[in-house]
Amino acid sequence: MSPHPSPDFGVWVAAALTLCIFSFLYKDNPFYRVTENLFVGVSAGYYIVLNFWTVLVANLWDPLVGAFDGRQGSPFAVHLGDYRVFLLLPALLGLLLFSRFLRRYAWVARWSLAVIIGVYAGLKTTGFAQSDLVAQVHGSIQPLWTGHWGSSVNAWIFTIGLVTSLLFFYFSREHKGALGSASRVGVFFLMVSFGAGYGYTVMSRISLLIGRFQFLLFEWLGLR
Amino acid sequence: MSLATSFERLDRRWIHAVTGLLVLLPLLLPLNFPLGPSPPVRAYHDAITALPAGSTVLMSCDFDPASRPELEPMTRTTLRQLFRRHCKVVVVVLYPGGARLVDWIVQDVARENRQVDGVDYVNLGYKAGNEAVMVLMGQSIPGAFPRDHNGRDATRLPIMQSVRNYSSCAMLVSLSVGYPGTREYVQQVRGRFHIPIIAGVTAVSAPTLYPYLQTGQLRGMLGGMSGAAEYEDLRFERGMASRGMDAQSLAHVFIALCIVFGNLAQWERKRKEAA
Repeated sequence: MSPHPSPDFGVWVAAALTLCIFSFLYKDNPFYRVTENLFVGVSAGYYIVLNFWTVLVANLWDPLVGAFDGRQGSPFAVHLGDYRVFLLLPALLGLLLFSRFLRRYAWVARWSLAVIIGVYAGLKTTGFAQSDLVAQVHGSIQPLWTGHWGSSVNAWIFTIGLVTSLLFFYFSREHKGALGSASRVGVFFLMVSFGAGYGYTVMSRISLLIGRFQFLLFEWLGLR
Repeated sequence: MSLATSFERLDRRWIHAVTGLLVLLPLLLPLNFPLGPSPPVRAYHDAITALPAGSTVLMSCDFDPASRPELEPMTRTTLRQLFRRHCKVVVVVLYPGGARLVDWIVQDVARENRQVDGVDYVNLGYKAGNEAVMVLMGQSIPGAFPRDHNGRDATRLPIMQSVRNYSSCAMLVSLSVGYPGTREYVQQVRGRFHIPIIAGVTAVSAPTLYPYLQTGQLRGMLGGMSGAAEYEDLRFERGMASRGMDAQSLAHVFIALCIVFGNLAQWERKRKEAA
């Protein structure tokens, strides 16, 4: 392998910042702190600009300008199927959120929050009921004998794990006797689940490290 | 000095150094550990293979540069497979940090496969609104994304002439890092609009999505870098994920050993305290 360093100045900046962040693994230092603060500042700026152009301009300003440009005679052209003028209502609700800066009128922001919470609660409740409640309960009802030993054993393990894990979260009675034994089995299944979750989390974090090393070796140093 | 004392006194920087070396060395000197596709990965691959040639596929790429090592390889391989099936690909982004990165990946793979922007594929770009946008696309995809990533009128693009809403698409491919992502697509879109969904996700979120796979709400799934590497293996590609899996395996063995030694050290210390 021979190095072919990148001629791109941006790649050099990214490599330097990556090494500054890695320096924290030795100990906290000014290079790490500068890079961390730079990241926070750049991210905040990026998201403000992105949301200005993709939310305020694209979703509000452009449609409203289109509604009031006079091409359809009146901005209230609902009879032509043009509902853009109603965007004034969410615009007003959005402005009301800033009333929190005025202590006397801060309560007005609750109207906007009520709309946001109401809409999202409605969307989430129906979606959750369909996909997580009904579909999961339906999927949990399995035949215990399928005609094949492997899948039958799987179905038994699944059913025992499901029932005992649910019993572990039943707190209306003290976990003693049969309920205590069942909930202890449930703990075993929960531990297996946490272990799998931990393993996947380690994989994700190591992937990030691999990604940075691949960038340093192949994109920055150009090792081939 | 006992095992417990020596392990407890070990400077954490030694663990960082060994982990770093175990990741670095296999990238320079590949070991080529064998890879075998797991059932969810094979199902993901087969779901695309089963699409009729020329189908329109909606691809939601909801990730940012932080999850690039896991999600970029699967995005590239998925696009390649879709283009080779002559599928029309409509890309959308609901994750704020990923619009530029996704566009760069899509353009790169499209160039490599000689696909024409606006005819064979289109990147409609980022739209804020999370679940609201998902539901809005059920009414009208051009309504939710009136302009593409480059600011062109979406309704005038040749590829969008046959795209109205989810019913115009044969499949939804959700490549996501978190919220909004695959879970929200299953909750808001699968039940309401009945479009088949396959997903590629980060390893952190994979365990929470397995129940959807078991019930058939997801047709197939790629979980993290290992899922991406298995998918590359199925497609006879040697991409970034496959090249990273040697390092991944060695680092996992080392971390497992650290856990075993840590527990042994704790057990020895408790035994001595009890004695």
